[in-house]
Amino acid sequence: MDNKNYKAWLYLLPAIIFLGVFMVYPLIDVFIYSFEEGYNSASQTFFGVGTYNYSYILHDPYFLQAVKNTFILVLFTVPISTGIALLISLGLSSIKPLRNLFQTVYFLPYVTNTLAVGLVFMILFKKTPYTDGLVNLIINFFGMSSVNFIDGPYAAKMFVLCFYTVWVVMPFKILILTSALASVKQDYYNAAKVDGTSRLRTFTRITLPMISPMVFYLIITGFIGAFKAYSDAVALFGTDLNAAEMNTIVGYIYDMLYGNSGGFPSYASAAAIVLFAIVLTITCINLLVSKKHVHY
Amino acid sequence: MKIVLENLTKKFPSRNKKSPEPVVAVNNFNFEIPDGKLIGLLGPSGCGKSTTLNLICGLQKPTEGKIYFGDDDVTQLPAENRGVGLVFQNYALYPHMTVKQNIMFPLGNLKGKDKLTKAQMEEKAYAIAKLVQIDELMDRKPAELSGGQQQRVAIARALVKMPRVLLLDEPLSNLDARLRLQTREEIKRIQKETGITTIFVTHDQEEAMSISDMIVVMKDGILQQIGKPQQVYDDPVNLFVAKFLGTPPISVFDGRISGGKLYIGDDAVLDVNGCEDEPVYVGIRPEGFILDDNGAFHCNLSGVEVMGRDISIVCSNPACHAPVIRAIVSSDSSVNVSSADVRFALKPHKVLVFSKETEKRIYFETK
Amino acid sequence: MGNQLDYDKIEKRADVRKKALNIIIYIFLGFWGILVLFPFYWMILTSIKSYGSYNTEYIPKFFTLSPTLENYAEAFTAVPLGSYFLNTLIFTVITTAVMLIVIIPAAFAFARLDFKGKNLLFTLFLSLMMIPNELVIITNYTTITNLDMRNTFTGLILPSVVSVFYIYLLKENFAQIPDELYYAAKVDGTSDFKYLVRVMIPICKPTLITITILKVIECWNSYVWPRLITDNPTHFLVSNGIQAIRESGFGRENIPAMMAAVVVISVPLIVLFLIFRKKVMEGVARGGTKG
Repeated sequence: MDNKNYKAWLYLLPAIIFLGVFMVYPLIDVFIYSFEEGYNSASQTFFGVGTYNYSYILHDPYFLQAVKNTFILVLFTVPISTGIALLISLGLSSIKPLRNLFQTVYFLPYVTNTLAVGLVFMILFKKTPYTDGLVNLIINFFGMSSVNFIDGPYAAKMFVLCFYTVWVVMPFKILILTSALASVKQDYYNAAKVDGTSRLRTFTRITLPMISPMVFYLIITGFIGAFKAYSDAVALFGTDLNAAEMNTIVGYIYDMLYGNSGGFPSYASAAAIVLFAIVLTITCINLLVSKKHVHY
Repeated sequence: MKIVLENLTKKFPSRNKKSPEPVVAVNNFNFEIPDGKLIGLLGPSGCGKSTTLNLICGLQKPTEGKIYFGDDDVTQLPAENRGVGLVFQNYALYPHMTVKQNIMFPLGNLKGKDKLTKAQMEEKAYAIAKLVQIDELMDRKPAELSGGQQQRVAIARALVKMPRVLLLDEPLSNLDARLRLQTREEIKRIQKETGITTIFVTHDQEEAMSISDMIVVMKDGILQQIGKPQQVYDDPVNLFVAKFLGTPPISVFDGRISGGKLYIGDDAVLDVNGCEDEPVYVGIRPEGFILDDNGAFHCNLSGVEVMGRDISIVCSNPACHAPVIRAIVSSDSSVNVSSADVRFALKPHKVLVFSKETEKRIYFETK
Repeated sequence: MGNQLDYDKIEKRADVRKKALNIIIYIFLGFWGILVLFPFYWMILTSIKSYGSYNTEYIPKFFTLSPTLENYAEAFTAVPLGSYFLNTLIFTVITTAVMLIVIIPAAFAFARLDFKGKNLLFTLFLSLMMIPNELVIITNYTTITNLDMRNTFTGLILPSVVSVFYIYLLKENFAQIPDELYYAAKVDGTSDFKYLVRVMIPICKPTLITITILKVIECWNSYVWPRLITDNPTHFLVSNGIQAIRESGFGRENIPAMMAAVVVISVPLIVLFLIFRKKVMEGVARGGTKG
């Protein structure tokens, strides 16, 4: 028996070492960091223990801006992307020709580098002395004047960020919803059809309740994902997000850690824990709501 | 509602790339189902009976031919406008709704002048639930019901809007043996009480025989025979129908007709008049055997099974297609178990003769 | 037969409605398809326009009559794109390989072996799945910096190796293999290790391929950690490279060359996806998340 125990632990050893060093230890450490006041990364010393770090970031306008941006991003992109993905999946599951082609095309953004394609979006939206950009061209076509999406007003920048985020998260949602719809047995639809159920009623009374667990799964993961938004913003507005007023909470954490404004791991830790607390709260609320509305 | 099928044909595109010929699931069906009867569509799996059902309810469109409900041509009519009720093999009860919500669901689809108030819907739902005897389960979810109860809910849901035709797809196949007996009586009772023309699909001949007013026997998309169960059993048109109906099954022998006599092996078992000489298949129903020490038909005795009312004599004959023959005789008869062979006389109307070439029935006169 | 006329009307109406709905669906799906594909089209188109012609198009043209590959040459010569590429390849291959070496025995131990504290340990593992990367990256950054591993492959790779989720996925798959196979192998005197290599790994190959593909995608697109841990272009990965190009350009704002670089770093994964389309989509449906 002892021999067996020892062998099992041997198999687990590499995983335990990796997880211990790079997940468990940092997890404990980040809490310690967040309470160490005046930590100096060069000398690795600190003045005292307390909640100053939290109070600092909560009064830092950059952090508040980042929280505001993140919340706007979450509140717009999660419902919009889930809704459109649901429509697209419904469309996909009601056609036969070209279905595979559409599915393949829709999945492409998943396998592309967020930073790289973000550059393309920036060019499409950006207004430069040489050109107004393609999107402005379309806007002009409809008789409106050009907008500077990348360096212009806050709302325009936020629109681009939301638009790109939706574009990036769509493949995953379409994929999940399409397979959820495929798992609803044809018999239910046939039963509804024989009974003369209208399409709308079939959708609201049969399809939607049956795929509701997956929809809630997508909403929960969508919230978590959107709260961690960062690289999309970097792709569109560059690494100096504070200057662009487009920083996100995660962006704020990294800026505190590293770069021109970096060197403050304590502030970064405090911000990371605040983010974690927000995500945890929202997820719990989501789970409570879903318990009420999911039918299984 | 009388149902008429006219030259009904359904072809599916071939999935096999080597032979692009379409698969014919239903081939040129012509028959009429009288109003208010319970009809069993019977055949081995893959014979096209479910396709026929789907054509009648409108979930599939026929390749050729017409379907009439009464005098109305409904061939191209969408399923929702046909006024049919359909019970699925696995019931297809909506798992997130209670029994009551499931039964009321079809009523909620009514529009315009047919629209019902909530109270009217409930009233109808309760009435139908009473009919199928599930009125005490109305607030449960399908997952909390037994198979038989789910079946009843499915029937109630199909009946609640008073369809012109009720269709049941393998209604008993998901139930255990005891429930099956009980439920098939139940279906018969419900059909009688409502008087709705009902068609059900099954591969179990006993099930079809026991409750149907009429049975339709199919094979490979082709209609074999249609008629009252007893009539089809007594008077099958071909070897397939004869073999498909009856438990224990009919015993089939290689035989021949020669000079007005029917031979199995060397035994001239029966006088047959008015037939040409030719090799034939001889089918003998289990109840067609009479124990007779002077009988013309010799078999090797293997044993006797006592079943109370009857006894089953298990024997064999080299000409028989199956390794054993079961002959059912009254328990009054006495058999000498120690004897190596047994002799039978045959009841002429239980002996069915089929052409070896076409497998079609050869009719004969006895004396 | 007034009834029959009604039926004809109903039939026709149903038919028309079905067709109209179908057209709307196709238009909608086609519209989204264009929205997805257009950025790809635009990046390829821009990458083959010459610098001169791109900058003279105040109204951008939707096609070009004089395609050129000079931007690709520029992308590889003016910035060390080739070296970013090679770095990413090394990073991806080693990280994925090490991950497989680490997670396979762990999943095996959880699925097949009995030992004290197995359930407790597995629960601990599972609870680690909920920990967001942002929480641990801060300490990892300090750890790697203190170990003097900035701008090294070791520093890049080590914290990126393990994923609890993949251990979980593989363990579930291993556990589906019937016990009889294990007992039969034991009776034949097969060692645990040999059983793992000769029986379990071959049976679970589809899952292993899925995990590998997902990890490759993750590595190829990773940005945050490499950005923190590398500031020397010799160790940039493609994401950092593209960001550096964006910030400093090619000495001037050379958008066609930038797009050429974008095309070059996007192509490998798209090709991989098109080859393993089914596997990738199945894998992601089973357990991938992004964002």
